[in-house]
Amino acid sequence: MVSQGLRVVHYLNQFFGGIGGEEKASERPQVKDGLVGLGRAIQDVLKERGEVVATVICGDNYFAERTEEAVDEVLRMLTPYQPDIVIAGPAFNAGRYGVACGEVCKAVQDKLGIPAVTGMYEENPGVDLYKRDVYIVKTAESARGTAEVASRMVNIALKLVAKEEIGKPAEEGYFPRGIIRNERVDKNAAERAVSMVLAKIKGEPFAPELELPKFDRVKPPTAIKDLTSARIALVTDGGLVPKGNPDNMESHKSTRFATYDIRRLGSLSSKDFEANHIGYNTGFVDQDPNRLVPLDVMRDLEKEGVIGKLHDKVYATAGVGTGLDSSKKIGQGIAEQLKAGRVDGVILTST
Amino acid sequence: MTPIAVMVGSNRVIPASGIVHPVGNPDLDPEEEKRLRRIIVEKALEALWTELTEQKLFPRPTI
Repeated sequence: MVSQGLRVVHYLNQFFGGIGGEEKASERPQVKDGLVGLGRAIQDVLKERGEVVATVICGDNYFAERTEEAVDEVLRMLTPYQPDIVIAGPAFNAGRYGVACGEVCKAVQDKLGIPAVTGMYEENPGVDLYKRDVYIVKTAESARGTAEVASRMVNIALKLVAKEEIGKPAEEGYFPRGIIRNERVDKNAAERAVSMVLAKIKGEPFAPELELPKFDRVKPPTAIKDLTSARIALVTDGGLVPKGNPDNMESHKSTRFATYDIRRLGSLSSKDFEANHIGYNTGFVDQDPNRLVPLDVMRDLEKEGVIGKLHDKVYATAGVGTGLDSSKKIGQGIAEQLKAGRVDGVILTST
Repeated sequence: MTPIAVMVGSNRVIPASGIVHPVGNPDLDPEEEKRLRRIIVEKALEALWTELTEQKLFPRPTI
């Protein structure tokens, strides 16, 4: 088959690939010449500028359960078609599909050096996971507005292949990738800030230049009914480390946490512990680390039977300049340890 | 630091004894300091024991 212009390979799941619904979610990858289903929307936008030369279809469960194998199979199937670009989905709000699309695009980029683009709804877990690595076009929650989505995906695809600069997320309709690019503007920051505040006061619309982070809310866990039988753990973001910081813990921009076995300790000694944290003056904590992690008092409370047990591990990191992503990862890591240790409650001391 | 804890969604928040010594106070003599530490920790335990439906910033514990 002779094709002109852009050679596109399209990735779809079992449903959009026309194989079946949930009952076909375990289908292994297969490839078909030409376009299938939504590939038509892509071709309609491309017109004579290119062709959807093949479509790879894979079941969402198969992909989720054997990701590495599935990725290898998909890459093997699309390589012979020599695509200039791979387009995946769009996955809309389908979670497994979104993750598969993100993973396929990332693999195509990393392993084959071929550009890729996909599309998802903002709540699709694939967005947070892959937005930094892959261009993900914003879509509606369900399969509508496909012409618009296809148009945006093809627009980005053409630019990627031509190595043209991709415009800002708001302009081109994709999720911000965390890339910062300097640019000159007519008005300086003072003028822009004053314009913004005046608009705000007047109740007029204004666009913040920075996207504010959204903090999720977690329902308060059920209270501990009986403290005397509860296992309580101590956690800190104040940078507690063994003296000399033998584990080379980060003093800021942390990416990990440390675990200290305090089973045999009745208290934290300044001979054995110190604080490694550039966000506060650690002198007082260095003098007496119990001022950061109240081990001495907790041991007393344990002996007196006020609490059932002081957990044998203390978890520590340095919380300064530590990004939201890292913080979430660290928090999740500590939470897993707490669950495994059957901890009932945590006292987290923060600086 | 408590406004930040509340802003990011912490559910049980106890105002303690300062950034550079959350559960201590070097201006007190050691016995008193340990007593303060115990009071703060007991407040924290009280928070763990308190049933809540939404975030709560507890009153600052003092000696």
